[in-house]
Amino acid sequence: MKEMKFYGTALPGLEIEPYSGKLIVIEGTDGVGRSTHVALLRTWLESGGHAVLDTGMTRSILAGRGIKDAREGHTLGRLTMQLYYATDFADRLENQMLPALRAGFVVLTDRYIYSAIARAVVRGADPEWVRSIYGMALVPDAVFYLRMRSTEELAGRVLGSGSGFDYWESGMDLGLGNDYYDSFIAYQKQLLREFDRMTGEYGFHVIDASRPVRRVAADLRRAVARIIEEEPANSGKESVKVESPEKIKSTAVPTLKESPRIDSQEKAKSA
Amino acid sequence: MNRDTIPRMISYGHHRYPGRLFVVEGTDGSGKSTQLGLLYQWLKAEGYPVFFSEWNSSPLVKDTTRRAKKRRLFTPTTFSLLHATDFADRTERNIIPPLKAGAIVLADRYIYTAFARDVARGCDRAWVREVYKFAVKPTVGFFFRAPLDVAIDRIASARPVLKYYEAGMDMDWSDDEEESFKMFQGKILDEYDHMVSEFGLTAIDATQSIRTQQRQMREIVGRYLKEKLKEKVVLPK
Repeated sequence: MKEMKFYGTALPGLEIEPYSGKLIVIEGTDGVGRSTHVALLRTWLESGGHAVLDTGMTRSILAGRGIKDAREGHTLGRLTMQLYYATDFADRLENQMLPALRAGFVVLTDRYIYSAIARAVVRGADPEWVRSIYGMALVPDAVFYLRMRSTEELAGRVLGSGSGFDYWESGMDLGLGNDYYDSFIAYQKQLLREFDRMTGEYGFHVIDASRPVRRVAADLRRAVARIIEEEPANSGKESVKVESPEKIKSTAVPTLKESPRIDSQEKAKSA
Repeated sequence: MNRDTIPRMISYGHHRYPGRLFVVEGTDGSGKSTQLGLLYQWLKAEGYPVFFSEWNSSPLVKDTTRRAKKRRLFTPTTFSLLHATDFADRTERNIIPPLKAGAIVLADRYIYTAFARDVARGCDRAWVREVYKFAVKPTVGFFFRAPLDVAIDRIASARPVLKYYEAGMDMDWSDDEEESFKMFQGKILDEYDHMVSEFGLTAIDATQSIRTQQRQMREIVGRYLKEKLKEKVVLPK
């Protein structure tokens, strides 16, 4: 069990109680392969018996649709956009992430507050202002920052994915370049600079994402296994071997047998 | 192609625009909207370019708010943030541009409404103020002060059914809507009272006659008007 720690003022009405889950963040600029790695980690964790919740920006019930509609119209003002994202984040934090963490889930989140901060700062928002809005955020158990060596490489990945350049991911609202490519490069460079600045501030684990997916995935598994191992004696008594892709020593991971840990916790509570 | 070309966010109290911003605040039933409507008519008749801006009016956020209210999806934090989103859109679209153009903007409810309601719901005072730091400081912020029982009577006679969030039912203070509404409005009024000195709001006694209040309001607004404001903007018919 771990005490809840927040970056700033905790959410109103929240009972601050220890939680048994793990909050793991995958961060990085557009096109570094975050969603691929979240999906891989999820499968791996689930096969190891861990209940997983995965979430990401604009996936809230409250504000997800509204943000998507507003993005479609390309009519979002800079400050409006940042606050809409913050609303989306708060809804997911309160209604998805925190309940899952209390119930002992591993929460994998594709981006967290750092992407929101980087995007806002690049768009001229006061860095202190954005940080205090996100003071409500729970300090995660780990942040993995997938870092690409160059923005040109990023552009290649984005094109390779087949979907092409997106208006917002290319920062077209900022007028940084004459076309999507120039704008993408200029915008992502600025984002990279912000991420690099946050690396020390928030203690990111930097992972070189320019390497093949398999290598990156192996690094992530090794690191995630360590985090999950931190407090092994909490619910599951048995341990299983984590499939070790490379040099991972066989790791003891608490398992969920049949029903997830929520059950055993509830039993413990009512007992 | 660098960050210096992107305009930086300006904080409360630091905007410098040729226009004027007058806002009205107060609990429901304080009569503030009536007063602002009368002020609008007067300014228009005097030949000033006037724009009206209302609380909860962003087309980008409207559907989300409506759905969330209907399905009761809000927590105090998301209630606060979504209203801030709405307000940001209002600011970027309907407040700053006319102020820059030298017009007069009238706002029915402003950031102080959020401060009062959100803090009454348990949000942290300093946090809510920080969220709205981008807001333009009004030229004059009027606070129409009506004692709690007067305001409640006025609302009860105007609107027989109280809405869920309006009555603060989301806070579980009481199962009784009217009881909950009274508690909520009481907390809101306390917050307003604190803000009068904090933000230098101009308090108007809302128990006076409508005409008396309007006279006071026009007298104060008149101090900030200049003939040349009339020439600044040509309003399309």
